[in-house]
Amino acid sequence: MSASIAVKDVSKSFGGLKAVSDCTLAVAEGSITGLIGPNGAGKTTLFNMVAGTLAPDPGGTILLDNEDVTGLPANRLYHKGLLRTFQIAHEFSQMTALENLMMVPGHQSGENLLSAWFKPSLVRSEEADIRMRANDVIDFLKLSHLKNELAGNLSGGQKKLLELGRTMMVDAKVVLLDEIAAGVNRTLLNDLVSSIQRLNREHGYTFFVIEHDMDLIARLCDPVIVMAQGSVMTEGPIEDVRANPAVIEAYFGGDPEDVKGAA
Amino acid sequence: MNEIVFFINKVVIAGSVIGSIYAMGAIGVTLVFAILRFAHFAHGDLMALGAFFAFALTALMPGVGTAIGLPTGFVMLPVAMVLTALVAIFLDHAFYRPLRENNVKPVVMVMASIGVTLMIQGLIRLFAGTSARNFFFAESKDIFRLELPFELARRKIVITEPQILLFLFVSAAVVSLHLFLTRSRLGKAMRAMSDNPDLARVSGINTGVVVWTTWVIAGGLAAAAGTLLSLDVTLKPDLSFNLLLPIFAAAIVGGVGQPYGAIAGGFLVGFAETLAVFNWSILLRPLAPVIPDWIEIPDKLAFVPTEYKLTVPFVLLVAVLVWRPTGIFKGKVL
Repeated sequence: MSASIAVKDVSKSFGGLKAVSDCTLAVAEGSITGLIGPNGAGKTTLFNMVAGTLAPDPGGTILLDNEDVTGLPANRLYHKGLLRTFQIAHEFSQMTALENLMMVPGHQSGENLLSAWFKPSLVRSEEADIRMRANDVIDFLKLSHLKNELAGNLSGGQKKLLELGRTMMVDAKVVLLDEIAAGVNRTLLNDLVSSIQRLNREHGYTFFVIEHDMDLIARLCDPVIVMAQGSVMTEGPIEDVRANPAVIEAYFGGDPEDVKGAA
Repeated sequence: MNEIVFFINKVVIAGSVIGSIYAMGAIGVTLVFAILRFAHFAHGDLMALGAFFAFALTALMPGVGTAIGLPTGFVMLPVAMVLTALVAIFLDHAFYRPLRENNVKPVVMVMASIGVTLMIQGLIRLFAGTSARNFFFAESKDIFRLELPFELARRKIVITEPQILLFLFVSAAVVSLHLFLTRSRLGKAMRAMSDNPDLARVSGINTGVVVWTTWVIAGGLAAAAGTLLSLDVTLKPDLSFNLLLPIFAAAIVGGVGQPYGAIAGGFLVGFAETLAVFNWSILLRPLAPVIPDWIEIPDKLAFVPTEYKLTVPFVLLVAVLVWRPTGIFKGKVL
């Protein structure tokens, strides 16, 4: 299996603080790879660099499907099939939930002044298709009762679902999920897990997931990469990672026996 | 009857003229705020600069207008708009973008824009001097005196050619802006970016292009407003400062970040100014027979003396903000 994302010797410093240092990792195509680590391990910084929100320090490379995308801005990566969600849910607050989803697919004919005026039937049928897809997604997320609500008025957990919904509006290749479960209740979480698995299985999405919920990681991710102090500490199946004393030491900073109960 | 015609000339037409100018300026201020999140104080200077570009072109080629049948300054307007838009993009690249990339606080951007103000004002005075200039040095300004079909109306409605051109231009600009924002990919991208820049970026929107577009629209409209106002009156270097404060008042009154609010705010401020300095005695005088004797109609009865005109936008601003703190249209996003 080839690597969907390959990060090689990537570093990022903020002033004197080295958030990510010489990090090298790979996310296999078609996998759901987890990224865990204690707070401040550099997970989100790494994500931001892969997603093109932050430019890495000179020296490292980031490959997306074997293509060098180091330092490409997020909007270019979107067109290469890389989508992401945010740790703190982002939404277009002045649009409804449905419109937020309909916004995602690029190059709609209604966005062209000439087509909007001279090919109204094309615009209408295309918009109807997108609306149908958005409706399907919103049903899938069980948010149908809120679809005409302004997205800014949704709760934190509902916004998280909307974030996932955005990634379902286009045929993405790689999706970066940044703490998708935080603030989502348990029953919804089950739906979330099954929808991620279904997207992975049926649509071939590769997922790269930051998560603090070990339970979710255990159910969802294989393999799991552990980051600590800006670089990769170890990786492997969740059972191995969990049993690794060094991980427990770094992650929880305590006695392995205390942790087993908590995790 | 004559009094009403006088009212139309002094308030309706004059208010629409100044309101249109304020609206075009306020749209730029509000768009820059929506996309870049800072108050661009150098906007008045973009207006003055645009007017000077148009004037310089008029001085170079004074015969063009007569050949077409329009004032030369108006014919040169598109060129001046393009030049001003280029200057706006240059200013962004040279001064604002480096600051933005270092994630400075908005107040630093505001200070930078005040620096740009002083710089442009200095440059204009350096090259063009401080005197007032008239666009119509080679041609004559057409003034239309419309006769009213009423027997009692001896006065005529007076409207000048630049004023008519201004009204046409503003209508066209507002309609195009509306279509652009609602019906085009870039317009949609602008609205998205004004709502949530990070999300816009991961939705495949090139934010650099959006920033450019913003400066092109803001710079172009600023040049148009400055030129059209100078065509109507005269061109003075202090144009920028006289316009800056009412424009900001208009943008805030309308709801910062709302282009439609900026248009409404511009006309509101414009009419408030003209109504405040209007001599109401003129309208009251015909009513003298029905007004009791002990009330004497003064010669001059205006809310505000003309020289204090600039206070009007601020009174209006405070009043609107007390009544609706986010402006008439709910401000902040497009």
